[in-house]
Amino acid sequence: MDRREFLGGTAALASATALPGIARAQSTTELSFFYPVAVGGPITKLIDTYAADFEKDNPSIKLKPIYAGTYQETIVKALTAHKSGTPPVLSVLLSTDMFTLIDEEAIVPFDDFIKTDEDKKWLAGFYPGFMENSQTGGKAPNEKKTWGIPFQRSTVVLYWNKDLFKEAGLDPEKPPKTWAEQVEFAQKLTKRDAAGNVTQWGIQIPSSGFPYWLFQGLSTQAGAILANAAGDKTDYANPGVVEALQYWVDLAQKHKVHPPGIVEWGTTPRDFFEKKVAMMWTTTGNLTNVRANAKFPFGVAVLPAGKKPGSPTGGGNFYLSKKATKAEQEAAFKFVRWITTPERAAQWSINTGYVGVTPAAYETEAMKKYVADFPPAIVARDQLSSAVAELSTHENQRVTKALNDGLQAALTGTKAPQKAMEDAQAEAERILKAYR
Amino acid sequence: MTNRATATIHGWLLLLPAMACLALFTHWPAVASFIESFYSTPKARRPARFIGLENYQQMLADPIFWKALSNNLWFALGTIPTSIALALLMAVWVNDRIAGRTLVRMAYFTPTILPMIAVANIWLFFYTPQYGLLEQITGLFGARSTNWLGSQDTALYAITIVAIWKEAGFFMIFYLAALQAIPPSLGEAAAIEGASRWTFFRRIQFPLLMPTTLFVLINAVINAFRMVDHIVVMTRGGPDNATTLLLYYIYQVGFGFWDTAYAATLTCVLLALLALVAFVQYGWLERRTHYQ
Amino acid sequence: MSAAPQPAPSATRADPYAPKGLALTLESTGAILLALLWVLPLAYAVWAAFHPAEYTTRFVLTAPLTLDNFTRAWAAAPFARYFLNTFILVTLILTFQIVLGTLAAYALARQDFWGRDVAFVLILAQLMIMPDALIVENYRTLAKVNLIDTIPAIALPYIASAFGIFLLRQTFKTVPKELDDAARVEGASPLQVLMKVYVPLAKPTYVAYGLVSVSYHWNNFLWPLLVTNSVESRPLTVGLQVFSSADQGIDWAVICAATLMTSAPLLVGFLLFQRQFVQSFMRAGIK
Repeated sequence: MDRREFLGGTAALASATALPGIARAQSTTELSFFYPVAVGGPITKLIDTYAADFEKDNPSIKLKPIYAGTYQETIVKALTAHKSGTPPVLSVLLSTDMFTLIDEEAIVPFDDFIKTDEDKKWLAGFYPGFMENSQTGGKAPNEKKTWGIPFQRSTVVLYWNKDLFKEAGLDPEKPPKTWAEQVEFAQKLTKRDAAGNVTQWGIQIPSSGFPYWLFQGLSTQAGAILANAAGDKTDYANPGVVEALQYWVDLAQKHKVHPPGIVEWGTTPRDFFEKKVAMMWTTTGNLTNVRANAKFPFGVAVLPAGKKPGSPTGGGNFYLSKKATKAEQEAAFKFVRWITTPERAAQWSINTGYVGVTPAAYETEAMKKYVADFPPAIVARDQLSSAVAELSTHENQRVTKALNDGLQAALTGTKAPQKAMEDAQAEAERILKAYR
Repeated sequence: MTNRATATIHGWLLLLPAMACLALFTHWPAVASFIESFYSTPKARRPARFIGLENYQQMLADPIFWKALSNNLWFALGTIPTSIALALLMAVWVNDRIAGRTLVRMAYFTPTILPMIAVANIWLFFYTPQYGLLEQITGLFGARSTNWLGSQDTALYAITIVAIWKEAGFFMIFYLAALQAIPPSLGEAAAIEGASRWTFFRRIQFPLLMPTTLFVLINAVINAFRMVDHIVVMTRGGPDNATTLLLYYIYQVGFGFWDTAYAATLTCVLLALLALVAFVQYGWLERRTHYQ
Repeated sequence: MSAAPQPAPSATRADPYAPKGLALTLESTGAILLALLWVLPLAYAVWAAFHPAEYTTRFVLTAPLTLDNFTRAWAAAPFARYFLNTFILVTLILTFQIVLGTLAAYALARQDFWGRDVAFVLILAQLMIMPDALIVENYRTLAKVNLIDTIPAIALPYIASAFGIFLLRQTFKTVPKELDDAARVEGASPLQVLMKVYVPLAKPTYVAYGLVSVSYHWNNFLWPLLVTNSVESRPLTVGLQVFSSADQGIDWAVICAATLMTSAPLLVGFLLFQRQFVQSFMRAGIK
């Protein structure tokens, strides 16, 4: 920490006396880097390899990855560290935390580091669906600043069990394409025993913890947008939103093809492996897991369309700490550019199941070969054309919680969808008023 | 006079290391929280300013606070008497020469040894609909499938049971020790008087266990307000706040919403609540202990 | 009751209220049933850990046994290092708790001085002020002294334990005043009296408290997670977290294997020494 203070002092001195050479004269820059994964496991090994390779290419930079647990635990650590004055230089945090991080003045935009035409080309190379969660500010589009760089990104897709489709007399190669088909298929796929107890459900959409994310698939398909791009206004009570929620509630209450009450996110893949459910909605990040554990042929498809197709994006972005020195930020930026090159983005996607963040990644040889071997890997990309930004506002977790509570109230039958969404909207309105 | 002064110096010197640590890591942070509860949450552009009781007013108007408070009271009501009664029952049983006493005692104590963060995942399996353990067992009797953690009617009970399971064996150890310390002559005397076993327990054993009961009670009350690890794993406060307890809500407000001033306000209320309960109990405990 | 010195060990005297015959059978049955219920999560952990993942939810007696889950769990994180860290951590905490607790308890139990009751109330306050609620402030303090990401940082907020001080104070109060006076007459200083008279008599309390403290800190999670960043300082519970991956869903087989693995030292320790532990609790007279 002494070193950090020393570095900070030097940087301040450098800017004050306009002697830009000093900071650069440092022999090495240490780059602390928070990563939202628990220690151990395949992903940490991958990151460690990247770090070693990067240091080989850039001997003046020492990369120090810190594996901080889940996303929630990582932001807790990052912001706690920020408040006590020693934050990591670079971190991967939820893309939806952008407004929170801006409001805490914890991050700086990447724009200051984008200097050359090549830099600009690189920035323009990401999927726009991902960039929606990375840029905000200004009235005109060209005033927008880029606060995050997409990296560990995902989206919601539908997994189905081909064996169970066959048993139910459905074409195992054809997933449902519309909301109506989804209900119809699910009805055929729901099995009951003699006593009327369900032994196999048609479909499952998890609703524990963060139901808003899966719900955003439904609401987008119903034509509604949950929040504006400035992150200061929500539209929870929009008729489209209510319609989407009604559809979800009906799956369980009216059609009885979806388990009643709250469906646990963590056990949903297991339910699928146990053949207790024939179709499930979950993240593309589960692809590797399902591939390893499903003892039956399965398919992956884009989510069925309501008025239109749609899904939210999800996952994490790179952020740059505001409290880091200019030299550290420069080094971090170098690393971000280095790791998002098409080859590395492709390899990352192949190894983890996350979506490649640039179209160029899908044009690489390695990716083409992988997709030819394992076609489900391309589904997530195909869905990106209709993907929308994940719900994100100022005071993000509080505003999101209002929606989560409303969704769970409707799903457990304590509130009607209309009323639940009106209450959620009123609460969000109360919180966000201060930000307009 | 000088004697007393020396004793005071000695006394405080002995206390100094412990008091210094407590002051640094308990008292000061608690006082800081109390002060913070009268300020607004500092944001980058809006430094904290004094707002008087505004945070407290916000709290009174916050339905989730009330929900968390009532959940926590029900959770306390569910865990405290049950776990103490079970602990006593376990201790009485294990104190007798029952078959397999050592193993039984070990079984009761295992929850204390297992980390909650891991065990909560196992309980999650017990409660899982369709193929969870509970479901497999009730299924044998033809009962209908229940989504224990996914329904507002049952979720709080489900997590209360986990807490009872975790605590009872720990409290048992204290009761067991106290039971074994009761002189056997008392039992002999009572038997000569012709007292029934129930009378012996009610009139002699139970009163003698009173200090232990009060000690256990304090711990049970505090635990009822500090146990949240299993909620993080099992329900995250859902569905619709049905299992949100006060400390979990504080954690959410402080480290999810980053509203540190409001979190400090809630912390103060929680601390005040606990202080009230504990000091009433402690006064009682000291008086009872002196009777001995 | 009488002036008889010490009651004889209960084993040699017949307890008139000890259940016999049918009553004993009933009581044993009840106790064993409850024990089975209590040990169920552990039993399930054993089942899931030693069987392939397909059998985690299916209880077939013919299921093949495997050690795969343990291999996978062990490989998932540097557990050897975590074991070492946890061991250092609990030793560090317990040592300091005992030293600080003994000194403070002695002062509270046997010294009569100005401000004693206030001090006692201040100490008891910690029982209610949960460290979990004070995370931000404590993190800030430790960051100021440059201790973040060290094992002492995990230990510091816990080394003064109100619970320990309270237990020791109660124990010291039961030490006959005559013993204390006798030692003083022989010219022992207060510290010598403490070491020669009180500490030996309180041994059962130390053992009992040690068990409670070690099992608590072996399993503590939230605070170590927050203040540690590197493999060099993280304890086992934080390592266990590898398995609660949010995206992949829950893999019970490997979680159970890891749980057994990390709790094994405590389970075995308790199994081996449980008679001593229970006797300690008994003699500690924790009330």
